[in-house]
Amino acid sequence: MDFWTITGLLLQGFGITCLLFALTLLLAIPLGLALSFLSMSKFKFIKAPVKIFIWIIRGIPLMLFIFVIYYLPSLLADGNAGANIFNSIDLQMTIAAGSTELLWQGRFLAVLIAFVINYACYFSEIFRGGIESIPQGQYEAGYVLGLTKNQVFFKIVLKQVVKRIVPALSNEIITLVKDTALANAIAIPEIIHCAKMMASSQALIWPIFYTAAFYLLFVGLLTVLLGKVEKKLSYFKA
Amino acid sequence: MALLEVNHIEKHFGSTRVLEDIGFTLEKGEVVAIIGSSGSGKTTLLRCLNFLETPDQGQIILNDEVLFDAEDPATLDKKEVRKKRLHFGLVFQNFNLFPQYTALENVMLAKELLAKEKPDYKENRKEIHQQIEAQAKGLLCRMGLEDRMYNYPQQLSGGQQQRVSIARALAMDPDILCFDEPTSALDPELTGEVLKVIKELKDTGSTMIVVTHEMEFARHVADKIIFMADGIIEEVGTPEEVFEHPKSAKTCAFLQKSTEI
Ligand SMILES: Nc1ncnc2c1ncn2[C@@H]1O[C@H](COP(=O)(O)OP(=O)(O)OP(=O)(O)O)[C@@H](O)[C@H]1O
Ligand SMILES: [Mg+2]
Repeated sequence: MDFWTITGLLLQGFGITCLLFALTLLLAIPLGLALSFLSMSKFKFIKAPVKIFIWIIRGIPLMLFIFVIYYLPSLLADGNAGANIFNSIDLQMTIAAGSTELLWQGRFLAVLIAFVINYACYFSEIFRGGIESIPQGQYEAGYVLGLTKNQVFFKIVLKQVVKRIVPALSNEIITLVKDTALANAIAIPEIIHCAKMMASSQALIWPIFYTAAFYLLFVGLLTVLLGKVEKKLSYFKA
Repeated sequence: MALLEVNHIEKHFGSTRVLEDIGFTLEKGEVVAIIGSSGSGKTTLLRCLNFLETPDQGQIILNDEVLFDAEDPATLDKKEVRKKRLHFGLVFQNFNLFPQYTALENVMLAKELLAKEKPDYKENRKEIHQQIEAQAKGLLCRMGLEDRMYNYPQQLSGGQQQRVSIARALAMDPDILCFDEPTSALDPELTGEVLKVIKELKDTGSTMIVVTHEMEFARHVADKIIFMADGIIEEVGTPEEVFEHPKSAKTCAFLQKSTEI
């Protein structure tokens, strides 16, 4: 196999890496925001369970959590992990509609669920920290001017929160890029998985190292992008 | 008929009583200065008037309208409170300007959001916006900030920031403007410009309640002095009565201490 064939195959895997990254980000941010509000609730019976949940998710390795999501439902259903529920889900994904892909599409859902929940918990702690760091005076100044709670949050607080959390969020987002490699624990054909397959079937080791180029390029792009966001918010001090 | 009537206000935080049987009246155009030592409840009283705290007892009546009555929970309806608090403006000790907005935007924000809720906003959005902008610019000029309108708060001195926040409060046309130690966070050389603005507001007929430690200012600008001690109004009177002939021993002690240094 020549360089370009291998690049092409790895690109296919990288597509799945990117898909997992994008979907996780898209879903974990709103879920994280919801969790952060729940974890700041006045009501103890809401706040306490949410905090315990976040503690558990952040406390166990993501790899382990992927296994939990993947195997636990089947174990609970019939005590037999051999017939995995996720594998029987035939997701019609347009990005990969061949017969071999059908094998992983269901599992992809398991990985996605694990990633979204895991990252939502990390994000929620970042959001909470950001929201709690805004001085009470900002809220009060808004209320005194007759603003509603929603107006105060969206027109006054939110932008200040975003500015404060962009650095922490950037870190987490870049970590997410690399964490997608964990999906290969249940044989999702992301880029590292593809490279490993070549290693075993073609006795080619170098594609594994070659994957680094893809990650570095992607992370570099994100770094520039997130830097732009940070710069855009640098016109004010909060 | 008094513009503002405050009756028997009482406020607890947990088991500590912070305000006890507070009552006073305020005529239109009158300026009252509230003085008193730290922890005597001055800030809490202003916060009660602005619905940032809910008193446990008492009434707040403005222009014959009962804005708050502890006996009548209906006066705490959220929508109503939002409208009612616009009768009062509050200028904070540490300004609390919105950092992501320019001085002009700070002054315009609330008015614009309020205008957006009106049914005829969509058709007249341009005129309404221009009107609000003109009013805001006018206010900033009155505050002597004509060349600072497009600056962000962090680009302004403390005195300038405080003047922006006064303009911001005035933009909502409050019946009564409250100040909570408006100069306490300022360097001494900047207090003058803020006090001057407050004095000018008095000259144009604004009704104001000013919590202050500036005794000279209180003496010369206020029509009425309220001296608070330990959550009660210890003494009320004209500046002359309170400063020259204080009746209460606590007032004497306080005045002596605050003029000593
Ligand atoms: N949110 C709160 N919770 C509990 N206690 C409070 C709260 N706010 C104020 N207090 C207490 O109420 C008392 C009066 O406070 P307040 O801030 O009204 O005093 P002040 O006269 O404004 O003092 P200063 O001159 O220092 O500003 C103080 O003893 C204070 O500790
Ligand atoms: Mg105070």
